[in-house]
Amino acid sequence: MSDVLLSVENFSGAFRAADGRLTPVLHDVNFALRTGAITAVVGETGSGKSLTALSILGIQPATFVRTSGRILFEGRDLLTLGATALRAIRGRRISMVFQDARAAMNPVFTVGQQLAEVFRLQHGGSRDAAMAKAIDALRRVSIPEPERRARQYPHEFSGGMAQRAMIAMAALICRPTLLILDEPTTGLDVTIQSEIMELIVELGRSAGLTACLITHDLGVVAETCDAVVVMNAGRVVETGTAEAIFTAPQHAYTRKLLAASLLVPA
Amino acid sequence: MPLALMILRRLFWIIPVALGVVTITFFAARVFTGDPTELYTPPEATDELRAQIRERLGLADPLWVQYGKYLSDLLRGDFGMSFTTGLNVGADLSDRLPATLELGLVGMVFGVLAGVPLGVIAAVNRERWPDFLVRGVTLGGMALPQFWIGLVLIWIFFVTLGWLPGPVGRLPIGVNPPPLLTGFLLIDTALAGDGEKFRLALRQLALPALTLGLTTLAPVARVTRASMVEALQSDYIRTAIAMGHGRRVVWFRYCLRNALLPVVTLIGGVAGHVFGGAVLLESIFGWPGLGQYALQAIERSDFAALQGFVIYASLLYVLAFLAVDVLYMLIDPRMRTP
Ligand SMILES: Nc1ncnc2c1ncn2[C@@H]1O[C@H](COP(=O)(O)OP(=O)(O)OP(=O)(O)O)[C@@H](O)[C@H]1O
Ligand SMILES: [Mg+2]
Repeated sequence: MSDVLLSVENFSGAFRAADGRLTPVLHDVNFALRTGAITAVVGETGSGKSLTALSILGIQPATFVRTSGRILFEGRDLLTLGATALRAIRGRRISMVFQDARAAMNPVFTVGQQLAEVFRLQHGGSRDAAMAKAIDALRRVSIPEPERRARQYPHEFSGGMAQRAMIAMAALICRPTLLILDEPTTGLDVTIQSEIMELIVELGRSAGLTACLITHDLGVVAETCDAVVVMNAGRVVETGTAEAIFTAPQHAYTRKLLAASLLVPA
Repeated sequence: MPLALMILRRLFWIIPVALGVVTITFFAARVFTGDPTELYTPPEATDELRAQIRERLGLADPLWVQYGKYLSDLLRGDFGMSFTTGLNVGADLSDRLPATLELGLVGMVFGVLAGVPLGVIAAVNRERWPDFLVRGVTLGGMALPQFWIGLVLIWIFFVTLGWLPGPVGRLPIGVNPPPLLTGFLLIDTALAGDGEKFRLALRQLALPALTLGLTTLAPVARVTRASMVEALQSDYIRTAIAMGHGRRVVWFRYCLRNALLPVVTLIGGVAGHVFGGAVLLESIFGWPGLGQYALQAIERSDFAALQGFVIYASLLYVLAFLAVDVLYMLIDPRMRTP
């Protein structure tokens, strides 16, 4: 398939304990992200969603070791790239929104500074121009008074506000080809959750982004995603279009997940 | 503005702290060491002479009268007379302070400037050879007594190699000090344009400062390493890497500043020790600083000198803790909101 932007192929990995023993956690993970689509990765806690996503950017925990497989992005295996080549992809080509945005932002730099420094890193230009871009990005994710907010520190932001800033950084400042979002709304109020999801979908559509959305919320998946990857205990148990997964789930685990979400009668 | 207010409020605390400490010292010294008149009286003196000397030393009055007189003098900025030097304690202290400060500053700056990068190098190479090396060396620096390190350095660089001068104080014997301006020899010689004396003073300073630097470096490197290791595992560092920042930027810009708070606390504590006069260090190197002065005051029951020193020391500690808190606020914005 030529319109596949990224594919994870037979990816397996394990955690190395202090005594050197390996505990396998990912088993032959296989899925593909189609260009321009929003693909959801769902599965209960501990199923390996975050680990897979972090491995794409090479920012997995130091004790995690790959035992097999590859991750192809535009035909290149990300797992074999050197540090410099990987840096050229991080942020610029593949960017990521993390779950706890307040913790994911540096506490000793202003939000504006952090966005501006990422902008300069990737697009160059003067400090002032970068700060103007940062303020602009904050405005586009509907943060009120962006000039004032840009001068504040992450701890002065609410959770939802910080998540907007994080999205501004990962999506608008970086302007990546692929945006990975790891549970971007977990821990936020329900109303704020849906606002953030709307923002993500809108940005995705307008910028022609390819997105990979890791989530627990099947309601969100049904509304917004094109394709779904279902993971359980380190394995991909089912993949398909959102429609297929919701109307004709093949795997028992998928049916259980759907039943638990109350979207579909058991 | 709130910062200036905080500084003022904290500076005000110097008064009760110094008063409390000096009061305790005043009574404790007199009660526990008794009457030091004998120390300052020739053995063959008559009782009459002895009484006169006692009178002159201000020891004849009842304790509370002595205390009242001392406090009222102090209020006028008079620290009283040292039994030993016969000079005003204020003059004695300001005479010795530059020696302690010069040694302390040079040694600490060296220790911090070397210790912080070593800690960073160890942390980013965790469980690899640079880490083991730094941890091994700094463990030595923590475990070995300062005077022992000083003696070994003297033995290597003076006795064996002959590269540096012996431990005879701030200038070689027979060399006159430069015209007194700041009391810092490096500054005064430079201001006087005396390159030769500057070099001599620097060479005298090298070994004690190196000793002090090594004993500062060790804890600084270890604390830096520990807090860098923790900060490196944080979510915000993962974000910085995910956005494509390079390793050096991540370590020194995004991580180090977060890791500095415990280091600043440590340096504040070390500064208290160092500027309070490192007694053994000053003794070994013949350094005419406050540590030696305080030691002598204790040995000779020199009450006014001892009291003057503890006032200075409490001032020092209040200032050191204040500096730590101000640095905290500068480094971490979360500290700025009360
Ligand atoms: N640093 C680590 N050391 C050891 N095991 C880990 C570590 N991080 C994750 N794991 C294990 O790896 C497995 C997959 O974890 P992962 O974080 O990918 O789960 P997840 O699907 O993202 O779950 P959640 O929905 O709770 O975020 C889990 O079994 C977890 O216990
Ligand atoms: Mg997760």
